[in-house]
Amino acid sequence: MLKTEELQINIGPQHPSTHGVFRMLVTVDGETLVDLKPVFGYLHRNHEQLGEVNTYLQNMPFTDRLDYFNSMVNNHAYARTIETLAGVEVPERAQYIRVIMDELSRILNHATAMGFMLGDMGAWQTALLWGMREREKILDMFEYVSGARMMCNYCRFGGVVRDIDDWFITELKKLMQGLPHYFDDFEGLLLNSEILLARARNIGVLPKDLALAYSVTGPVLRGSGVAYDIRKAEPYAVYDRFKFKVPVGTVGDVYDRFLVRIAEMRESYKILEQALEQLPDATGGFINPKVKQQSLKAPAGEAYARVESPKGELGFYVVSDGTGSAYRYKVRAPSFINLSALADMCKGYTIADVVVILGSIDIVMGEVDR
Amino acid sequence: MSDLQTQMDLEQQGVLFTTINKLYNWGRRSSVWPMQFGLACCAIEMIAAAASRYDISRFGSELFRASPRQADVMIVAGTVTKKMVPQVVRLFNQMPEPRYVISMGACATSGGPFRDGYNVVRGVDLYVPVDVYIPGCPPRPEALLHSLMTLQAQIDVQALQQVRWYGDDEGVVNEFPIPVFGAEGLEVAGIPGTADPVGGTPRMAPFVSPALGGKGERDASTKALEGNQPKPMLRSGTVTIEEVGHGIAG
Repeated sequence: MLKTEELQINIGPQHPSTHGVFRMLVTVDGETLVDLKPVFGYLHRNHEQLGEVNTYLQNMPFTDRLDYFNSMVNNHAYARTIETLAGVEVPERAQYIRVIMDELSRILNHATAMGFMLGDMGAWQTALLWGMREREKILDMFEYVSGARMMCNYCRFGGVVRDIDDWFITELKKLMQGLPHYFDDFEGLLLNSEILLARARNIGVLPKDLALAYSVTGPVLRGSGVAYDIRKAEPYAVYDRFKFKVPVGTVGDVYDRFLVRIAEMRESYKILEQALEQLPDATGGFINPKVKQQSLKAPAGEAYARVESPKGELGFYVVSDGTGSAYRYKVRAPSFINLSALADMCKGYTIADVVVILGSIDIVMGEVDR
Repeated sequence: MSDLQTQMDLEQQGVLFTTINKLYNWGRRSSVWPMQFGLACCAIEMIAAAASRYDISRFGSELFRASPRQADVMIVAGTVTKKMVPQVVRLFNQMPEPRYVISMGACATSGGPFRDGYNVVRGVDLYVPVDVYIPGCPPRPEALLHSLMTLQAQIDVQALQQVRWYGDDEGVVNEFPIPVFGAEGLEVAGIPGTADPVGGTPRMAPFVSPALGGKGERDASTKALEGNQPKPMLRSGTVTIEEVGHGIAG
């Protein structure tokens, strides 16, 4: 019997495939991975501490920088928490606008996340550039409504900061005309690609029970075959008014997560279509005028509100002591909790698969380290 | 002017005049390879600058190298934390000269919105010399392209006899001290005590930018801030933990 020796190597924190400053302490036996220890904290930016110092409104732009692909969704989740805490009504039009922005974010996130994953896999640049192309189109819409490309800071307590106008809706419809072609092209290019099948099928399998035990959420959980989506399980905003399906995988491998994300982009498209159709006129307003944004004081108590972010369940937990800023501010970051399952997903596969599995989880370090 | 006119006349006749400096700088400015090193949000805009819409390859910088040994410019794209800054300095030390640093965004330049935090470095120029700063949070890809053009303009005026890595290298620092995470915070060689105390101000001055003739020395015009005592971070308002009494006293 040949005696082999285990070897410990570091991947990261500076590594092109670690999606930010993430380090993996990997023990390998030959090419096979024996153990993986994630090391993070390289991007710990004291979000929770600053959340206790800032006033409620001051903290809104900080939520942009948690998951910097989906600032709109982060704003929505945070605004919902404070609205729950302070008992603020949100006009219907604002709810629809938030849904439109959330679903645009979802398409943006999945397009780029799949691009990054395929880039790690060896589909160098093409898939990523396609994703970035769609992202730029969506960012132009965000820039029009909020003034910023990435850090939108768009939601306010009781609504959104600016209304959308006819130009936005016309341009959005133009943008949406192109989206099904993108989905088809993207799927057609890659679905039957032998390289993708070889690199993604039965790789990084996360069984259903293990996924539930780790409390992973989002496409990772749905890829493992659990039809859990907060938009269905606990409908917020106006999600109960739309018809859409929750795509689930069967095996729970990288390929399933890839398919789930493509299917989710198509569902988001359906939601966008319905939301534009049902969008109420501007008479109801886009923001609750009674709320004092800058001097908002929430009554003592606590609140937790969650939304289905493109990466999973994003929740904010805020404890108020009756002053103008939070006593405790906690972020339930989906990337962080999904990442905790990484070691079990990687064990037994080769070291080249690790970057693919990591890409399929779709992490953003800003949210993981906070 | 007349020299330039003569040169242009001769060029029309097929005689090309140049200087070694000009030729050399032309070669270097046209292939400034960045290091593929994203820290935070700004890295996404850096990727966007490399993608088709903004297309950084128009400036010869599309080859993002994963190894510092092959890179010419380090784009510090994002928040540098106290846990990450030793790696940033180490990577910079590993880069071969001529090397440049672009500080992209508010965080890398000064700490940005997270400056008040306990774990964020207040400007990467306290640890490595920065050539070009870009404001913004995050800067648009156009801003990154502009910073690259600024860097190219800086390369254009360099003379081989004078530039630090070819000419006179007396007093030039090549290895920058790698900070160590000590008991109370970052410790930098040559700086007594904690270099960047929580709640206080950094106890060291930034490095002089090489664009202004810096050879790796700290800016003497900035006052050393030894007397600045760190203050504990307070909550906003007047509430203290004891008054609230959530049962976490002691």
